[in-house]
Amino acid sequence: MRTNNVILRTVTRIVVIIILTLAVYLFLAGHHAPGGGFIGGLVLASAFVLLFIAVDMETVRKAVPIDFKLVAALGAFISVATGFGGVMFGEPFLNQVFGYVELPFFGETELTTVTIFEAGVALAVVGVVVTIILSIAEDV
Amino acid sequence: MNNIIVFPMAIPVLAGIILIFFRNNRHVQRWTSFFVMVVNACIALYLLSLIQREGIMRIDFGGWEPPFGILFVADSFSVILVLTTSIVAAVCFIYAFSSAEKNYEQTYFYSFVNFLVAGVNGSFLTGDLFNLYVCFEVMLLASYVLIAFGGKKNQLKESMKYVIINVVSSWFFLVAIAYLYGTVGTLNMAHLSERIAEAGQTPLLTVISMVFLTVFGLKAGLLLYFWLPRSYSVVPTAIAALFGGLLTKVGIYACVRVFTLFFYHEPEITHALIGIMAGLTLIGGSIGAVAYRDIRLIVTYNVVIAVGFILVGLSAGTLEALEGSIYYLVHDMIVKPLLFLIAGTMIAVTGTAKMNDMSGLIRNYPMLGWMFFVVKLSLAGIPPFSGFIGKVLVGQGAIDAGSYILLALAFISSIFVLYSLLRIFLQCFWGETIISTEDEMPMKKGWVIPCALLTAATIALGLGAESLAPYVKDAAETLINPQNYIDAVLYKD
Amino acid sequence: METLLTILTGILVAVATYLILSRNVQKVVLGTAILSHAAHLLIMTMGKGLKSGSVPILGEGPAYVDPLPQALILTSIVISFAVTALLLVIAYRTFQETGTDNLYEWRDINDE
Repeated sequence: MRTNNVILRTVTRIVVIIILTLAVYLFLAGHHAPGGGFIGGLVLASAFVLLFIAVDMETVRKAVPIDFKLVAALGAFISVATGFGGVMFGEPFLNQVFGYVELPFFGETELTTVTIFEAGVALAVVGVVVTIILSIAEDV
Repeated sequence: MNNIIVFPMAIPVLAGIILIFFRNNRHVQRWTSFFVMVVNACIALYLLSLIQREGIMRIDFGGWEPPFGILFVADSFSVILVLTTSIVAAVCFIYAFSSAEKNYEQTYFYSFVNFLVAGVNGSFLTGDLFNLYVCFEVMLLASYVLIAFGGKKNQLKESMKYVIINVVSSWFFLVAIAYLYGTVGTLNMAHLSERIAEAGQTPLLTVISMVFLTVFGLKAGLLLYFWLPRSYSVVPTAIAALFGGLLTKVGIYACVRVFTLFFYHEPEITHALIGIMAGLTLIGGSIGAVAYRDIRLIVTYNVVIAVGFILVGLSAGTLEALEGSIYYLVHDMIVKPLLFLIAGTMIAVTGTAKMNDMSGLIRNYPMLGWMFFVVKLSLAGIPPFSGFIGKVLVGQGAIDAGSYILLALAFISSIFVLYSLLRIFLQCFWGETIISTEDEMPMKKGWVIPCALLTAATIALGLGAESLAPYVKDAAETLINPQNYIDAVLYKD
Repeated sequence: METLLTILTGILVAVATYLILSRNVQKVVLGTAILSHAAHLLIMTMGKGLKSGSVPILGEGPAYVDPLPQALILTSIVISFAVTALLLVIAYRTFQETGTDNLYEWRDINDE
């Protein structure tokens, strides 16, 4: 099934970059505004899905040689491990801390451990969504 | 800081995730999972002794105090169940070592069992109604995967039914939670209990409690057990044992918790209805247990009977009846997996699940036969095995509460249990030996050892009921006096 | 607003019931997805979370709205997402094995 869909491919090339940027933005915005790990992860996954549709499966596989099941596992691991972070310091499970740090470019920035947790969530979502779609799409 | 309370759920989750990275290393997978369960059992034992000294304990996640944050609460009832779960899961792992096919082990079998146990432990320990829903779902998602494990047509068909029925019942759960939150304005169990006690259990709340009863009836197989026998009889033995031992028990636990902690003000409606449902479950389960000639179906109908029996205790609602229910719950969590393991082994050695095609197995496999005999006596409630004390206490409670019909049904159902298993024993173990010594399939050590361990556990539980008594008494007292639970959760720092 | 959403919830439940009772497996899967959406709307309505222009933070007054329903809904969306995905995969696998998506024909399947 090799159709010559030039338009889709050309658009994809640009749109994927936009989607990835949006995903990162949503992920970082999630602390105070709508967004967050789950939403960011879903948007990120949609970028991958678009790639799988526009370019054929094998090419993307070669370009991104990652086992998405392991990505999902890694994400889940990070999230649960941040829960244990609190335990290490004698605080309740899933405790979080935040502070304001002076960074070179950004000025005063709020850094929090929730971001690590959310990064884990985002990775897990990307991994799970892409795995599901690949496992169904493989033999169509 | 009581972080230790969260470990029975958090450690299996973490182990399950880590094992995904060790997909091809069977030994790491096996022994990590087994070790996790042993550690969990030790933690539960420690917690149990700690609770006797310091009372009910809680952990607020992220330091958010109740009723605002979510929390885990450890009281004797939940920790006893966590302990039993860990032991049963460890034993089922030993059985899986020698029975699971190689491709199972490579498709994350151990990870999913770990997630299942995490969900079960989380449901036992949580002190928040919504968290209970989430833990239920963790457990159910793992069970959806496990039930389809192997991907045979039959399994896929049953798993589809199982998933859809559970999706619908989870939907009812969400609806019930939404109504309850709209009415009472909190989801923390202790806070709910307090507010309902203050405002009185209005008819609206009683209706909401009926929705909860429907949900737990579906999950526990209380009257709404129509989905249970077929789906439990298609899965591999080790998984069936886990399901039979754990899944319905979580539903029973939730039912007991909800109807002793907050919906206990109108027992003539709610508890009477539970009693009727339990009675009908006993009748239906008994009919099923004697109607079939497929060993696996007989065994699964025995699960249904036990559900009815335990909830007779809840329906009676006295201290003794609840103690009896707890004893019987623990007993059932140990004996049902044993029954499933023995039945699975019988099927594995003979290659058939039909009773008529087996005969005289006791000559070929004497150990298996005698263990089956012990299970049978234990399930029928004959002393000194573990079923006895639970049956006696539930019976006493039912007499105190004056529910003689339920009492009669409960004990008649015991006779049906005995009859259904006796039929298997006479047909399959006695009679003419049809497997000659040459054709005999060698009995694997990995099959006998877990069965022997659980048999030892049921004997020990029967003989050592006295040493378990203080814990069970404490658990039942907490259930009878919700104020203890409320004080520990809301007013202790 | 509450009345409107309650009616919408009812319609969604009706649609979902119809879909779940149909004989086509894809429709059943879609039905379960719609059913969970109905539950989310119900939580939103029951939890008094329907004030636009207010933030979901604990507090009194018109500027705040109870944050709990939002947390519940987010959690339950994630769960229903996972269940729907799993259900799709199981349905697809069964379709591959049996060659039919008609649930009435699944009844006769027995591999023993």
